[in-house]
Parts: sequence; C-alpha cells; structure tokens
Amino acid sequence: MENKAALSAGERLIKSKRNRSLGELRGKILVTLCALIMITATVSVTIFLTVKGLQSFLVNHVSPIEFLTSTNWNPLADDPSYGALPFIFGSLAVTFLSALIAAPLGIGGAIFMTEIAPSWGRKVLQPVIELLVGIPSVVYGFIGLTILVPFIREHGTGTGFSILAGTIVLSIMILPTITTIATDAMGALPSSLREGSLALGATRWQTIRKVLLPAALPSLLTAVVLGMARAFGEALAVQMVIGNVRSLPASLLDPSATLTTIITLNMGHTTYGSVENNTLWSMGLILLIISFVFILIVRYLSSRRKI
Amino acid sequence: MKKTKLLSFAALLILLIGMLAACGSSNGEEQESNGSNETDQETDAGQGSESESDEGASDESASGSITISGSSAMQPLVAAAAEQFMSENPEADIQVNAGGSGTGLSEVSEGTVDIGNSDVFAEEKDGIPADELVDHKVAVVGMTAAVNPGVGIDDISKEDLKKVFTGEITNWSELGGEDVDITLVNRPDSSGTRATFVNFGLDGETPAEGVTEDSSNTVKQIISETEGAIGYLAFSYFTDDSVTPLSIDGVEANDENVQSGEFPIWAYQHSYTNGEAEGLAKTFLDYLMSDEVQTGLLPEQGYIASTKMQVERDAEGNQTDK
Repeated sequence: MENKAALSAGERLIKSKRNRSLGELRGKILVTLCALIMITATVSVTIFLTVKGLQSFLVNHVSPIEFLTSTNWNPLADDPSYGALPFIFGSLAVTFLSALIAAPLGIGGAIFMTEIAPSWGRKVLQPVIELLVGIPSVVYGFIGLTILVPFIREHGTGTGFSILAGTIVLSIMILPTITTIATDAMGALPSSLREGSLALGATRWQTIRKVLLPAALPSLLTAVVLGMARAFGEALAVQMVIGNVRSLPASLLDPSATLTTIITLNMGHTTYGSVENNTLWSMGLILLIISFVFILIVRYLSSRRKI
Repeated sequence: MKKTKLLSFAALLILLIGMLAACGSSNGEEQESNGSNETDQETDAGQGSESESDEGASDESASGSITISGSSAMQPLVAAAAEQFMSENPEADIQVNAGGSGTGLSEVSEGTVDIGNSDVFAEEKDGIPADELVDHKVAVVGMTAAVNPGVGIDDISKEDLKKVFTGEITNWSELGGEDVDITLVNRPDSSGTRATFVNFGLDGETPAEGVTEDSSNTVKQIISETEGAIGYLAFSYFTDDSVTPLSIDGVEANDENVQSGEFPIWAYQHSYTNGEAEGLAKTFLDYLMSDEVQTGLLPEQGYIASTKMQVERDAEGNQTDK
C-alpha cells in the first residue's frame, strides 16, 4: 500500500494496465477451461453410453426391433427375450401424466406470484417451492410408499403400487421446476404489455388470458418440457411406488415399471459384459436419446420466443 | 474474493470430473451414494496390490490395505468383521463397499478389488471367468417365504408354495387361510435372493408377475402392510411380528434346520479372490473363517456359520452330506 502511494502516476498507470491484462488472461483461461471440461464430460458420457448401449445389439445380437417393440422381458429364461417396450411405455406414461398434473398447477402458481399477488404471494410461495426442491427424492419415495400407496390400496383396487402413485409423486417433484421457470418467464414480460392491455379496458383476467399467457407461451412450454425431462430421469422415488412389474399396465391403478427403475433394480446384480448388463446400458441409451429429444423441443421453443 | 470463488468453482468442477472418471468402472448405486469415497478407495486398492507383492513371501501379514466390494446382503457382516480386524491389527486398512453381487464378481475378476462378495456362485453369472476365481464360503443365509400375518397360515407344503408363486392359487382360503387374495412380492430377475428362492423353494419354476422390489427392508414393509402379501426374506429380517415366516413341509425355518440340511432354501455367502488369496486378503479371509467370527459375529448379524453346516452344496445345486 505504501509502496503504491510512492509510485508516480505514470508508473501506476503502467502497472495497473499490466495487472489488468494479466487478470484478463487468467480469467479467460479459467472460464475456457471450465467450458472445455463441461463439453468434454458431456461428449465422453454420450460416447461411452452409445458404445455400451449398442453392445447388446452388436455383440449379443439382441434384435433392436424386438427390444423396442416386444412386451416380453425375460432375460434369464432358457429362451431369453428382451422386450423393453413395457418400460419405455411406463417411462413415457408417468412423464406425460405427471406433466399433465404439474403444468396447470405450476403455471397457475406462477401467474399468482407475478400477476395476482406479487408481493405476499412471492413471499409465501417462493420459500415453499424452494423447500420442495430441497427434499431428496428418496424422501418423496418413502412418503409415497407409506402414505400414497396404502391410500390408493384402500380406495381403489389392487396393491396400491401403480402408475397413479408414480405420477402423483413425480408431479410433486417436478412442480418446483415448472413453477420457477414459469415465474421467471411471466416476470420477464415487459410491463408495457400489461399496461397497454389494461389501458384498452381489458380486465386483469382478460389481460392474463389473452395477452400475457400467449406472449409467454413458448417459455411456459419450455418450463413444462424441462419438468418432464426431470420426471423422465427420476429413478429412486418412482421405483419405490410403481411396483416394477414387467407387463404393460391396463389401467392407472396397475403397477408398471420405467426404464430407470429397471436399471437401478438390476444394475448391481448383473456382471459387466453379460447380456443382462448390456441390455440395461441399452435402456440407458434410450433414456439419453429421449432426453435429447426433450432438449431439441426446448431449443425449438426458445427459438420461437418473441419476447 | 472473486478470484478465490472462481478458483474454488474450477476446483469443484475438476473434482466432479475426477469422480465421474472413478465411477466409470463402477456401478450405478455406488455412484450416487459414495462417489467421493471411491476415489480414495481406488487409490487404496492400488497401494494394496503393491504392498501385497512386497509381502508375498510372508502369508501372515496383517498390514497394508485391501478393497472389498459386492453383495449388499454381505456388506454389514464383512464391514463389521473388517472393523474388528482393523482394531486388532492397526496396520491393516480394509475398505468394504456394497454394490451388488454382479459388481463384486466383475470387479474381482477385473482386479479392481481384492475380494468380491457374492451371494451366488460365480459359475451362475455370465461373463465371469469362474475358474480363475477362488471361492471362500464365508457364511450361509437361510431364507423362507414371508407372509402378512393376516393370511392365517404359518406352514405351507412345497407344492402349494409353487402354486402360490406361479399364480395357480390366488386366494389364501384355498390353503385353509383367511379369504384374502394373494399378492406376490418379487425381487428383480438378477437378484441372488430371487435365484436362491426360485431354485430351492420353487424348484426352478418361474414366479408370476408381482410387485418387484430390491431392498429387503422395502419388501418386508410391503408384506407387513399389504393384505394377503407373500414374498421371501432372509432369516435375519424376522425380528418382529410384522411378517410371518412360513415353515415348509412342516420344517420350521431356523438356523438348526438349515445346518442339518432339512430346510432347503439357503445360500452360501461367497468371498471370491482372483487366484489364491495372498497377503492381507488371505489373513482377512482366514479371520472370517476363524471361530471368533463364525461363532461370534455371524450369529449376531443373523447369518449361519458355514463351518457348522452338516451339508454342502456345489454350483449346480446338488446337496451332499459333509
């Protein structure tokens, strides 16, 4: 500090310039490194999963058509069959159904927070949503297992382990994702839209329904798709309540299984390189491909965003 | 301030990548639960093999470090034994992971770990060079069908048990119990518990579809809460009245009947080494077979001492008197 004061103005200028350019370079290297690491990680996981996932078809000669279309899954029988359709169906079913429940709730909550009661609504709802994010999935699963499953068993048919239970657990889990992104989307709308609509004599509800919702629609859909992506990848909570059976469900109250639950149930028991293990990797590959589809949808929606 | 933040962020990222890399050779369950441990353990494994080759001459060594992985059913037993062993031999460092029998067998044949635990014979798993692995039958676990206490029976013939699990009998009243429908609780296809129950309880018949869960505690909870439910559990889970263990053909499901060979459904708990055990791995396996563990720790943890078995069984499931 004292040294600095003793330096002349010119020297200080030169020194600070040198300092700055050094700092600039260091910062640039750091963030480039971060970006590179992230890209490498993503690319290598993708490559690894693709190679592993294709092995069951290339090395073990499991028919890809059978894998995707057959409903018969019995890898340990004398005449093994590898039909993963029930699991693909189960994954998609719980994902779409939970989005169906969570999307209206989440978007409704977002409108409440941004339009109806911006001050106290945010104050109350925000911490509630943050709390929901913080609850680990195993806790959701455990609550589902001890409360939801017996409830469905007593008020419906069957054992209670069902698509319905999985859907309800998942919709609560993805609610924060949808609400948070939807709130940001609604909040980002320029207030000129609101003011213009109100100035034309529209009521608050008319403004929300006719002006704000259509304007925010691409972002709201992005929120829903991201929520679905989270639901699609969730394994633990679903595994505890869905029942994990190999047959196609006939109703909402039937037990089912998803790709993720079958992977987590079997991964530890199978040996590396065996057919059973490889087919699990293939399921992982399908998960990745469908996740990519979700991301493509999000990107398409973002490109359509006008505001 | 900002710089340190950025630096710590970068460090975090690098750590994360390291964890990912370390988990690459390992299994899914572990990745989530103890990813950070694993990096340590793998370096330990490296050191372990070094020190073992150094001490290869003296088999009595009780120092160095080894890594053990595999069957989650065996994990509590081996971990408890390792803890006792380490307190007696402070020079030794033994890391015990769970992860499943398949993981244990794969990792020991790859040489990633020193001992791989499994609740099935290595011969029963695909892609494992069983002839290269050396089997140490550390303990025996008995298991039996467990039913919800409300079904009203506590003994079942093997024929009826098969009919129940294949879906031929669908109501407990057909077996003289209460009038409630039967709900099956299964394990996943690849589970060792399921393989044992199917082979020795159902004589190899494939069970009908039912709720499938992996963890014994979850299975126990489902059976205790669901009317008419039946599943299968190891003896050590029959600690309270929430589920009823079934006797089979009048033979009660207990340790003595398993030891005498009268009760059919039991499995060895195997510890496999790649080639003959050496150094610390050998000392530890000898310790597992010692009376201290076999008569002390094993019954405490709900396992049956393998040294007390009056019968033995080979990989094909043939049972012979010892």
